[in-house]
Amino acid sequence: MAIQPAGHAHAPHHPWLQHHFDNMEQQAEASTLGMWVFLVTEIMFFGGLFMAYLVYRHQSPTGFQEASHHLNVYWGTANTAILIISSLTMALAVRAAQTSQPARTQVIWLLSTIFFGLCFLGIKAIEYTDKFRDHIVPGPYFQWEGLYPKPAEQFYSLYFAMTGLHALHMIIGIGIMSVIAFMASRKTFDSEYYTPVEVAGLYWHFVDIVWIYLFPLLYLIGRHYHAG
Amino acid sequence: MSGHVAPKSMYYAVFAALIVGTALTVMVAFIDLGAMNNVLMLGIACTKALLVILFFMHVRWSTRLTWLVVASGFFWLLILFGITMTDYLTRGWVPGTWR
Repeated sequence: MAIQPAGHAHAPHHPWLQHHFDNMEQQAEASTLGMWVFLVTEIMFFGGLFMAYLVYRHQSPTGFQEASHHLNVYWGTANTAILIISSLTMALAVRAAQTSQPARTQVIWLLSTIFFGLCFLGIKAIEYTDKFRDHIVPGPYFQWEGLYPKPAEQFYSLYFAMTGLHALHMIIGIGIMSVIAFMASRKTFDSEYYTPVEVAGLYWHFVDIVWIYLFPLLYLIGRHYHAG
Repeated sequence: MSGHVAPKSMYYAVFAALIVGTALTVMVAFIDLGAMNNVLMLGIACTKALLVILFFMHVRWSTRLTWLVVASGFFWLLILFGITMTDYLTRGWVPGTWR
């Protein structure tokens, strides 16, 4: 019996089908499920920070309101809208690949997603700059004019940890989208094979969901706070 | 391969709902409703998250195994919040035990 060379000495199949899968459906299903398992670990990762937020806010609800009052609600709302738009363009990128639209269409949707992701990070950079200028970054130079300096410092520690971790996820997401956009430009994806776009989309939407919670919990809790 | 292809109009409808939800949350935040502020704020956030998960992330058309994994993630999150808060919320119930 001749030893089979490691390679393609068997029935023809889709070039992107890995050998340990029976067919494209099974492969797509496995990848999607794998991504969801990863996202569950991400839920717990961010969950720890949300837990810390809940505990400290419970200990000083008024202090957190006063601290939240100093965040810029316009930038926060704008960023929420931008992220929702980026999720729409992402979903349409997946759909474009799924329906075998031309590579050009797929790339345009993916580049739009990257563009809105960069807009989000740009606004975040403006906000962070304001916080450094106003000395409300926790640490030795933290200054607070209000009545609750200690809870305010706790609030801003959580603000930077949570939005910072979220921004890091955005940066990684933009990296992933760049690779996917490059693959799409090489005519990789069609209705037969679009799993990488789908799975990258799952990640992008997850990051959007985290922000959906961060926005009200950080920016909106102090809107009707009056000192004194 | 054949995943479910949703019409473009569905994506635009979900997008519109998400934007309306955001506008509503911001409006509600400026009105003082006491504890109801938190309830409404988180209620809207959960609705928005659900829309993204079901439609943008295609869970609506996914297998039961995927449903189970997604639900288990949030279930474990609730265990984290639930059990931790049973500690913090009940401190001081027994005299002399605070901290």
